[in-house]
Amino acid sequence: MRRLTLILVPYLWLLALFLVPFLIVLKISLSDTALAIPPYTPTLDLGAGWQGVKDFLSQLDLENFQFLTTDDLYWKAYLSSLQIAVIATLLTLLVGYPIAYGMANSPDHWRPTLMLLVILPFWTSFLIRVYSWMGILSGEGYLNQFLMWTGLISEPLTILNTPVAVYIGIVYTYLPFMILPIYAALERMDASLLEAAEDLGCSRLQAFWLITIPLSKNGIIAGCFLVFIPTIGEFVIPSLLGGSQTLMIGKVLWEEFFNNRDWPVASAVAVILLLILIIPIILFQRNEQKQREAEG
Amino acid sequence: MRRFTWFNATSLTVGFAFLYLPMILLVIYSFNDSKLVTVWAGFSTKWYGELLRNDAFLDAAWVTLQVAFVSSTVATVLGTMAAYVMVRAGRFAGRTLFSGMIYAPLVMPEVITGLSLLLLFIGIGLDRGVFTIILAHTTFSMCYVSVVVSSRLVSFDRSLEEAALDLGCSPMQAFRLVTLPIIAPAVFAGWLLAFTLSLDDLVIASFTAGPSATTLPIKIWSSIRLGVSPEINALSTLMIAVVAVGVITASIVTKRSALRQEADQRAAERA
Repeated sequence: MRRLTLILVPYLWLLALFLVPFLIVLKISLSDTALAIPPYTPTLDLGAGWQGVKDFLSQLDLENFQFLTTDDLYWKAYLSSLQIAVIATLLTLLVGYPIAYGMANSPDHWRPTLMLLVILPFWTSFLIRVYSWMGILSGEGYLNQFLMWTGLISEPLTILNTPVAVYIGIVYTYLPFMILPIYAALERMDASLLEAAEDLGCSRLQAFWLITIPLSKNGIIAGCFLVFIPTIGEFVIPSLLGGSQTLMIGKVLWEEFFNNRDWPVASAVAVILLLILIIPIILFQRNEQKQREAEG
Repeated sequence: MRRFTWFNATSLTVGFAFLYLPMILLVIYSFNDSKLVTVWAGFSTKWYGELLRNDAFLDAAWVTLQVAFVSSTVATVLGTMAAYVMVRAGRFAGRTLFSGMIYAPLVMPEVITGLSLLLLFIGIGLDRGVFTIILAHTTFSMCYVSVVVSSRLVSFDRSLEEAALDLGCSPMQAFRLVTLPIIAPAVFAGWLLAFTLSLDDLVIASFTAGPSATTLPIKIWSSIRLGVSPEINALSTLMIAVVAVGVITASIVTKRSALRQEADQRAAERA
């Protein structure tokens, strides 16, 4: 009895507030747009009994998904989200790896402090961290002021409201997610392996490439997924830093819903976004599981 | 013993400069006298005064704290239960679905979570406001809590619990007297994570808030969309300060308790 309560309470909560809402999204994505409240038809009329359910099901169709294929805004947004996520993930890896490497190879008594320094931004408001770049990258911002002061440029650069600003924002906010798994992998590494490689005639660079990189592979993969998956549906960064030039699907969904009030299309966008995400999520789960099994 | 090499020291310095410079600039320029955020015009604390007189921000902050406190507390209870189910309940019908529903919200884009909950609330005719934000935040943060707590439960030595049961504890007593004190740090960490996630959330709150309730991130969002403002810089500085003090205190406390535990263990081994 007690066991049943223990299972049922969280189970029912998640069913009601996670699974059911998602089924509603699926349903509305198959409905038609209407100028009504709520702005879609049909609505399920359970009072009409089985006939009502049949009527309801017969009115659902894939029209909204067809609409998504006809307007090139949507597939452009999907493609550009994927592209931005891939590039940003690689950039985060390039920035994050040396930091994780430096941390793993620092004196023991320094490590807790360095760890704290990586985690601290993670607890700080995401919105504020993105916002902090608006003042840096704008036309009269700190970066342009600094570059003009050094004489490197004579005209301010346009960075804010371009994809470059979005990349900077993503690398900045997701950096801890990349550093931590790589650091965890590098820290476990046995340093004597490198000595052995050097004794056997490897240069330091070769030893790094042949030993350190493969041994930190799992950390790299985990870090890349942890950056890639949330980046795809990112809304705040492209809206604040990307301007109207940057097309990302999370932003399209938001605008479809709040600005155009087209709920069926917004729902269809959400369904496809989720379908795109399922593959990397499954790959990520597999990788985690493999790692857990490897560690016993 | 590893020492800093030239390369490591450089990469760490550059890396941490990148992580911290934007926030440092934000803090410095929150004390700027000028209305133009990027032009330095002398030291002043006037934006802090302005902020404290701004009722809209104070109200939003109060709503946010209430939402975060209630949702993280409920999420901690539900998340701990869910973790217990995942680790201890063995097989039951629908277990795969259950663990799927625990992990899926962690990777679900916020726009989808927000949209789906909003459609649910409208579908069942629930007026949107503080209550709906609490429901939404509880749902996604209980999953984070359950992941944190279940990782502790997995490494937990079950024989301690069995010993308590053998010595005459009821299952509830065994949980309260043995299990809970041992997993308490993880439960607290889960609560803190849930609390921060709730404080921080913009997207899900925007979908589920409705016109009657405004949280601090929503308020910040509507004012920074128009550009940088010195008042927001002051607000950001306060928030960064609170987090920094909180995280540093927490890390000192955990370090102390780890040391104490080590000392206890050594004493136990001697005895």
